[in-house]
Amino acid sequence: MRKPRIAPSAVVWLVLGAAYFLIPLVATLLFSLKNPQTGKCCSLSAYGEIMHDPQFWATIKVSFRLALETIAVGLLLFVPTIYWVHLKLPRLRPVVGFMALVPFVIPPIILVVGLLKFYKDTLHAPFWFLGKPDLFLVGAMVILAFPYIYFSLDAGFRAIDVHTLTEASRGLGASWPATLGRVILPNIRVAALSGAFLTLAIVLGEFTIASLSAFHTFPTYLQQINEDKAYPAAAATLMSFGITWAAMLSILLVGRRGGQRTVRVGIGR
Amino acid sequence: MFLILPAATVMVGAFKGAHGGYTFDNVTQIVQTANIRNAFWESIRISLVTAFLGGLLGLLIAYAAIRKGTPGWVRSAFGTFSGVAANFGGIPLAFAFIATLGTIGIVTQFINSVFGINIYEHGFAIWSRNGVELVYLYFQIPLMILVIAPAIDGLRAEWSEASSNLGASRFQYWRHIGMPVLLPSILGAVILLFGNSFAAYATAYSLTSGTGLPLVPILIGNDLAGNVFSNPHEGQALAFGMFFVLAVMMLFYIPMQRRASRWAK
Repeated sequence: MRKPRIAPSAVVWLVLGAAYFLIPLVATLLFSLKNPQTGKCCSLSAYGEIMHDPQFWATIKVSFRLALETIAVGLLLFVPTIYWVHLKLPRLRPVVGFMALVPFVIPPIILVVGLLKFYKDTLHAPFWFLGKPDLFLVGAMVILAFPYIYFSLDAGFRAIDVHTLTEASRGLGASWPATLGRVILPNIRVAALSGAFLTLAIVLGEFTIASLSAFHTFPTYLQQINEDKAYPAAAATLMSFGITWAAMLSILLVGRRGGQRTVRVGIGR
Repeated sequence: MFLILPAATVMVGAFKGAHGGYTFDNVTQIVQTANIRNAFWESIRISLVTAFLGGLLGLLIAYAAIRKGTPGWVRSAFGTFSGVAANFGGIPLAFAFIATLGTIGIVTQFINSVFGINIYEHGFAIWSRNGVELVYLYFQIPLMILVIAPAIDGLRAEWSEASSNLGASRFQYWRHIGMPVLLPSILGAVILLFGNSFAAYATAYSLTSGTGLPLVPILIGNDLAGNVFSNPHEGQALAFGMFFVLAVMMLFYIPMQRRASRWAK
């Protein structure tokens, strides 16, 4: 049998798709290379301006710190929980799976209304709680990241034999923490890592909640310079794309080495 | 359990919001006030358009990338890119399009200098309805590719071979075998896409600078920030309305998902 050739209609659709996806990226690149004074190509001054803006470094630091905190809290919370559900309460699995869909029905824009209302008006939470991004915002981010962490981890736990591993470890005299930390965790490392990278991308891109509860993170900084400095904004936009790319490609690379794939859906808009 | 607490907080918050003090007044306000009705209509309309267009284009591109004859690297390039692009969005995406098709965008100026046409004089604006739809498609199409690719993969080559051996045409194959198998997955994915763009806030906010196009999430944002009409109760009622629309959407989505998984290996 001869090798099947690519169908002409397939070529048309693929080229159209590729053009639609690539043109905005190329245009942003060209835009960022324009000289702010003359509007002509090519100069790196927009990048220089971003690099010398203390706000850029300050907000990106805040966003990275929040991302790391969210990852830490999320994994600490969900790894033992999902482990326990898989081990002892398999009947609860559909319930937890359903709850992982809840954040899709309650997107950030609704979540922020509920959170502000609940903590400010109902609980009268003190300022040291509401005013600190590390507490209030990380709490919200953990909820946003929950479905992604859950689906990654769930796939990871399904791929291993939780029961046999646990019994073997317990039978050899290991404590529960040792079982979880030294037997289970290394086996779901890939799933945990991909959940972590996904969370990183989510937190670094989260605008809605941060902006409406008046915090300054990288996305709110991006929006602010979008409004007053067009060329540096293009440079910062490309860097932000770069971070998302890096996070997503890390997942793919990690996943490929681990020989498993997880399905992800859209976020952070 | 740890999981219930945050989720319950959200649910409680949503309901508290809707009934906070005024109970039904806020909810009936949604139906009665013209500009709120308008915002819901506008939001639903944009979501429908981008869900259908995104679904259709995503399906065509996914099929083109997966079908026999397309080189493997094309397929994995589109797959990888979709995985990343479905997670683009928000402020950077909006700005990428402003740099492309904004008033001084690269493509706008290119068209102007090469063809002598200023698209802004011909009714296009990146902050208009069509502009927002165009931008939303940038994350809708990849999401569709991502969600539908496994279903297309699930169409077994034997089915197509068996039907052509029995004398069926390509059209008959799609009409009686391909489409019935794929349809639940396609509908499920389109519902997901609808919710995806219905809930989008950051992208639209950045494109329209918080004014201009009245979308429900933007109205909520304005109410909270107290920019235009600082009315906290209206914001909560709007959030409840959105929650209601998305909950109805889920009611359709879950059975679709169940049917779609019937053919999964």
